[in-house]
Amino acid sequence: MLALQLPYWEITLIKTVIVLSIIPAGAVILGYVFLLKMMAHMQSRMGPMEPGGFHGWFQLIGDGIKFIQKEDIIPSEADRRVFALAPLVVLISTFLLYVVVPAGPRLVVENLDVGIFYALAVSSLGVIGVLMAGWASANKYSLLGSLRAAGQLIAYELPLVLAVVGVVIQADTMSLQGIVHAQANGSIFGVSLVGNPFILTQIVGFGIFLAAAQAELTQTPFDMPVAESELVAGYMTEYSGFRFLFFFMAEFGTAFALSAIAATLYLGGWYQPFFKTGVMADVLGPVILGIKVMFIAFLIFWIRFTFPRFREDQLQTFAWKFLIPLSLVNIMATAVFKVVL
Amino acid sequence: MAVTEQQRIAYIASQAADARVNVELQTEEMTLNLGPQHPATHGTLRIVARLDGEQVVKADVVCGYMHRGYEKLTEVRTYPQITTLINRIDWLSSFANEVPFILAAEDLMEVEAPPRAQWIRTLFFELSRIANVTLFIGEMGVQLGALTPVFFAFRDREYVLNLIESATGGRFHPNFDRIGGIKDDLPKGWIAETKDAMRRIRGYCDQLEDLLMGNEIFEARTRGVGVIPAEVGLSYGLSGANIRASGVDWDLRRDAPSPLAWKELDWKVWTHPDGDSFARYWVRLQETREATKMVDQLLEGLPSGPIQAKVPRIIKVPAGEAWAHTENPLGEMGYYIVSQGGLGPMRCKIRSASFHNISIVPWLLKGVYVPDIITILASLYFILGDIDR
Amino acid sequence: MPTIPTEERNRALLEDLTSKLGDAVVGSHQRTGDLWVRVRADAWLRAAEELKSMGFDYLSYLSGIDWMPHTWPNPKVVEGPGVVDTEEGADEADASPPEAAEPDEPDEPAPGGGITTGFAGGDTRFQVLARLYSTTRKLGVTLKADLDGETPHIQTWTDVFPGADWCERETWEMYGFVFDGHPNLSHLYLPGEFEGFPLRKDFPLLAREVKPWPGLVDVEPMPAVAEAAGAADEAATTEPAPA
Repeated sequence: MLALQLPYWEITLIKTVIVLSIIPAGAVILGYVFLLKMMAHMQSRMGPMEPGGFHGWFQLIGDGIKFIQKEDIIPSEADRRVFALAPLVVLISTFLLYVVVPAGPRLVVENLDVGIFYALAVSSLGVIGVLMAGWASANKYSLLGSLRAAGQLIAYELPLVLAVVGVVIQADTMSLQGIVHAQANGSIFGVSLVGNPFILTQIVGFGIFLAAAQAELTQTPFDMPVAESELVAGYMTEYSGFRFLFFFMAEFGTAFALSAIAATLYLGGWYQPFFKTGVMADVLGPVILGIKVMFIAFLIFWIRFTFPRFREDQLQTFAWKFLIPLSLVNIMATAVFKVVL
Repeated sequence: MAVTEQQRIAYIASQAADARVNVELQTEEMTLNLGPQHPATHGTLRIVARLDGEQVVKADVVCGYMHRGYEKLTEVRTYPQITTLINRIDWLSSFANEVPFILAAEDLMEVEAPPRAQWIRTLFFELSRIANVTLFIGEMGVQLGALTPVFFAFRDREYVLNLIESATGGRFHPNFDRIGGIKDDLPKGWIAETKDAMRRIRGYCDQLEDLLMGNEIFEARTRGVGVIPAEVGLSYGLSGANIRASGVDWDLRRDAPSPLAWKELDWKVWTHPDGDSFARYWVRLQETREATKMVDQLLEGLPSGPIQAKVPRIIKVPAGEAWAHTENPLGEMGYYIVSQGGLGPMRCKIRSASFHNISIVPWLLKGVYVPDIITILASLYFILGDIDR
Repeated sequence: MPTIPTEERNRALLEDLTSKLGDAVVGSHQRTGDLWVRVRADAWLRAAEELKSMGFDYLSYLSGIDWMPHTWPNPKVVEGPGVVDTEEGADEADASPPEAAEPDEPDEPAPGGGITTGFAGGDTRFQVLARLYSTTRKLGVTLKADLDGETPHIQTWTDVFPGADWCERETWEMYGFVFDGHPNLSHLYLPGEFEGFPLRKDFPLLAREVKPWPGLVDVEPMPAVAEAAGAADEAATTEPAPA
């Protein structure tokens, strides 16, 4: 990573610690800025103002501490082991997503050659956790929520993957670092000032990816599994205390990770045209990636607070009859242009 | 309350039964209990739905969690005391609850309130309609998942509630109407503030029309959902915007004789032919705008004069029976007062709109998806106090 | 808006109804534009059907009424220390009709006597009360029927007006009227194990048994206001405030 030559296990340990700390940090930042503050301002109110003094920045951290010290309630009819494992499964799938996201030319946990393929595969592990949570809760609302979630998350995996295929075709590689370099070294009609962010050519794919990511995160308009006004909290109804904290962190951690992946695929990731290599690139990389992540998360949450939610059958229709054909057309167009141009 | 062994066994058996799947993929029906504590049911309404997957096979409505026994209570109270009580039937538009009762009592006493009082009554009636329905318009969004409009609703409703409070002393329960007139006159500067607030509410209605009604997802969720044919609705006793959304051109403000000032204003009755949830929402949105225009007209033409007719200090209503009904925000509300000359009524039948609006729900929910239950309930718009009295 | 005055239209409606139902119409009353019609109990359903065919498509409500006088203390005026009674108030208090009984002696409901019924007559303790309205003709009619005091039975309206389902359930649980033919006569408001029929006049209002009604104790005005206003308390008129 740096000039030091550390043994493998030490590097792995450092990387693990970094990833483990990014997830709560990312969740807190995203949650605070968008869920608490941006949502509040869009709804003509202030959001938290007291905790920590300046605009309530301590709110979510305080919430985390509160959750940890709460009583662990498990319904008496629930399947205890499955009930306890479910949030961990979802959280693990979130952690594994961060393995391939690059934050700088040398800042990546593991630069897999099948980077994006791995990321998409691993993100679908969360479905199992949701199903486990709903079933083990011994609660009809949770069951309904988790069955809806299963249908939805599986349905929206396909547009997610197919949208990415367009990027992969254009970049000629599946590794995320390679995709960033492809965008960095590209040029827009010969002008190579900002490289060639794929959002310009893959705008349709970007839209599909965002919609599918919204559904993967069970955010409105695709939040049938957690339809607050119907199922109270869907598959998470029976979860309280630190188990709920895990679900919460998993949701926002995944939001952060998917936004980072979207930023990498479409906006150029950590690339900025000023410092292409060197230590400055490694320093600025995470910052630039962070800014792009905030932009995409802004889009995701903005749509969340504005739209009502789809009904389950409308949701499935939207995925199968609209997004998938559209993404197939996108792939075809990309392939044709790749060969022709 | 401790769970008895029998209840445990029954529950486990029911869970096992629910989870069993037949070889031919015929699923068992599941009984889902919506409420009484539930975010979607505006209070303590309970719907016991038998579901086949996500479709409702049979739905029962269990109400009465908030039954306060108003009709019994009115038999031991004097007329002014009943006014305080009936404020709390439909608590979002409290003033509107008092009016038909006062009108029935005035009918029996053959007392007529002076014109200024009637106009101010109409004014507050329309203001309470605005306070009530603006909340509905925003809150239907929440039921469907759009979190934002309800905050705008609360923000803009505050202006109306502040107006009511500055004139009557109570935001929610003004207790302002008296037999023979109203309690107090309007405070100074109130008229200008009201005009301001009406402008704001109109802006809010426009905002909501853009934000929610123009949204394709909203349309997809509400169009064609919960269609009530007009004859069925009328035979169930549906009234108000619910039945006007099925195409019935009937508004008590225009069609029933009433001493209040509606006949002297220039306004329009809104109907919609479809009868689905979207139609009910649309009609209410238009009615709110219409109500703001009516308030403006009322403010322009407010006559001067006394606000209370000469009534004895201790009110005894002569013997007889009277029925008075008005077009409340939720529907037709009426009071049937039977008086035998005493200080209080001998029988006071309260006809509240939501009771009859909700009686159609078991019929309406057959074959409907679970999310549509929420949409239908939200669009029928009931207040628990109105159902349960 | 219809140009024919309501009284005339009501009269026409009454004639129409009487011609259809014949001698089942046992009483009627008109007052300030409202029409009351009392029918015989066995013609209750027929009346509904006839009215529905005449365009009365809207069921406003269906309920009951118990004409027996109260068996618990009635509101009354108490002569408190600071009370200034008006002439009208004093007269009314003396000339109260027998129904507003003294609190110490609850009336016995004498069968057939001692009970005063209301408009359109009636000679039983219980009456079922319903109102139908026509959205096309903009006319309403209040229907009444006498019920037997011991076992009140009446036909159900649910086949003609499905909305009567809930109304009849509520009337049954509050009064004890049995609606023959009703699909599901069960508690609507009250919990399942409730015994008794609350709106009947002999069902005690427990709050009043526990603590008797204090009466309409005239509230003493605030001391400063009392001196300024003086003892001459007029009937409650307020001066017109500047607009």
